[in-house]
Amino acid sequence: MTILVDEKTRVVVQGITGREGTFHTIQMLKYGTVVAAGMTPGKRGRSVEGVPVYNSVHEAVKYEGVNTSCIFVPPLFAADAIMEAAAEGLNVIVCITEGIPALDMVGVASFLKGKNSVLIGPNCPGIISPGKTKVGIMPGPIHRPGGIGVISRSGTLTYEVVDQLSRAGLGQSTCIGIGGDSIIGTSFIDHLTLFKNDPQTEGVVLIGEIGGTAEEDAADYIRRDFRKPVIAFIAGQTAPPDKRMGHAGAIISGGKGKAQDKIKALEEAGITVVRNLGKLGESALKVMTLSNGGR
Amino acid sequence: MKMHEYQAKELFRKFGIPVPQGLVARTAEEAFGATKEIMGPPWVVKAQIHAGGRGKGGGVRIAQTPEDVKKAAKAILETPLVTKQTGPEGRKVNQVLVEQGVEIDRELYLAVVIDRAKAMPVLIFSSAGGMEIEEVAEKTPELVLKQLIDPGTGWMPYHARTPAYSLDPLPDPDTLKDLMSLMANLYRAFIALDCSLAEINPLVVTKDGKLIALDAKINIDDNALVRQKDLKALEDPTEKDPLDYKAEKYNLNYIRLSGNIGAMVNGAGLAMATMDVIKLAGAEPANFLDVGGGASEEMVTRGLEIILEDENVKAILINIFGGILRCDVLARGVLAGAEKTAIKVPLIVRLEGTNVEEGRKILQESNLKFMVARDMVEAAEMVTAQVKKTA
Repeated sequence: MTILVDEKTRVVVQGITGREGTFHTIQMLKYGTVVAAGMTPGKRGRSVEGVPVYNSVHEAVKYEGVNTSCIFVPPLFAADAIMEAAAEGLNVIVCITEGIPALDMVGVASFLKGKNSVLIGPNCPGIISPGKTKVGIMPGPIHRPGGIGVISRSGTLTYEVVDQLSRAGLGQSTCIGIGGDSIIGTSFIDHLTLFKNDPQTEGVVLIGEIGGTAEEDAADYIRRDFRKPVIAFIAGQTAPPDKRMGHAGAIISGGKGKAQDKIKALEEAGITVVRNLGKLGESALKVMTLSNGGR
Repeated sequence: MKMHEYQAKELFRKFGIPVPQGLVARTAEEAFGATKEIMGPPWVVKAQIHAGGRGKGGGVRIAQTPEDVKKAAKAILETPLVTKQTGPEGRKVNQVLVEQGVEIDRELYLAVVIDRAKAMPVLIFSSAGGMEIEEVAEKTPELVLKQLIDPGTGWMPYHARTPAYSLDPLPDPDTLKDLMSLMANLYRAFIALDCSLAEINPLVVTKDGKLIALDAKINIDDNALVRQKDLKALEDPTEKDPLDYKAEKYNLNYIRLSGNIGAMVNGAGLAMATMDVIKLAGAEPANFLDVGGGASEEMVTRGLEIILEDENVKAILINIFGGILRCDVLARGVLAGAEKTAIKVPLIVRLEGTNVEEGRKILQESNLKFMVARDMVEAAEMVTAQVKKTA
């Protein structure tokens, strides 16, 4: 088993006729993802690489039975797109879009309360269950099916980690990029909870970065309630304060969100924290071998 | 985006938040002239720079005569201002704000920010104004009151009542009423202007019971600037490092740092991690540069140009994990950049991911001199060895 997405996942790409939307639809199809529908208002009747385009998510559900969305619409329209997908009851909504205003996301977070949709992102690479499906923009070939769950706030940094894991012989159950913004749909804890109950997942790699307290919260949860081995890395150990390090959420402000504090919290929860990113694969193999898992 | 105090105060005024009467001056003479239009004495002369801690650095001065205002302005404008946020070399001040002096009875703190974990705006109020709120929160957390504002309902009167009525002793009924409407107004401004921070510290109660925002701080959410064009126009380019400013125009995430290793990476997380690996190898990064997950050939070229404009750079490390940004696109961008700039420092390249073979081939078949690293650790060690050699 994997979490959230698998071979039964039927994807609608919101913003499929845009440059990014089209490019990644092709990539997802190549990987074997069932992209059942596309959606761009006013463009029903077209098709992109054989994928039928509809005017609304409502139509995509009605005619193609989609249950998952992948969003590529521009930042100022993304909040609306997420809410549309949630209003139609999709299980998983992956929002790739970067640069959504924070107050728009405040509205989205409020809207999603009490609904069953799981939002991944925004400003994220998406989610992949290797060998089954990918809903997002990560390069498929670096992944291998296996027993490691990966949760990350970053994009390319996740690829680096996954590549090292695969080279070390550690395949992945599901890899999720939760997004680099300050307000995101799901947290480390949300996904840890799912990995906890997933029999395929034998261990978790958690990739955090400076800003906010998501890693500290995850450490607290793991200490109390998570028994599978966890390996963590925190990016930004040398980042200067008060500078936004690319991601809207990656900023040390008012003395809060420092890498050192996060590493300390994780280590106190018994988690192996890798200081040198280049050694992550190696360390993960060591930890997983010790706990007899991962292969 | 950060704003100057005087800009924030102009915006506050529009939202019905009282601020002291004041004028901006670029010269000592202008500051002298301002005293004719502003109530005083006393007057207050305040340096207009983005760095905090101005007061302790001598950037806020009280003057009793127009002549003293002139002297104070001259002192602030002529010597770089050193605060704990500017670094020891200080920052040149280009303008001062001349304001009426206010007789203070009480100093409060008021701000609206977004609570990341709760995903809601939060009003923060404290009776301990005039100090750094982080410090107050650490030493006397009971003095920091928070009101989460549900975006579904928006502002409700109790959001103001609860904190305002917690004051001890309670101010006069009129002052209390003013305080509550000021809180609502600050929230209104926060939403309308797409702020990430709207802060008044101190918010003072004067001896005659009036409320005045003595200081004002507004940060705008960078992601919202596309729909806040009027605010974007208020940006002061002199507040940024020239290279940072240039990079922003090219849509590159660049932050200049003090080391000597130029780094170009795709993706913010990987860029941060690359900085960390360089430091672990015993060297210092000259910059953070994320050319973006989906950078074009031109952005890579521009990135390389900006790195090379920093004269501290003694070696360059390019670390790319191709995803959306394909390695062949990167390679072509590097070649174009190398042609334009004539790279004279050692270049270490580490490529992985989408179209890596093609990317490597393009580089190898060119005239460009560079070294190839197999992985991040090796790349960091190689680039460190290069700068140690030249040092």
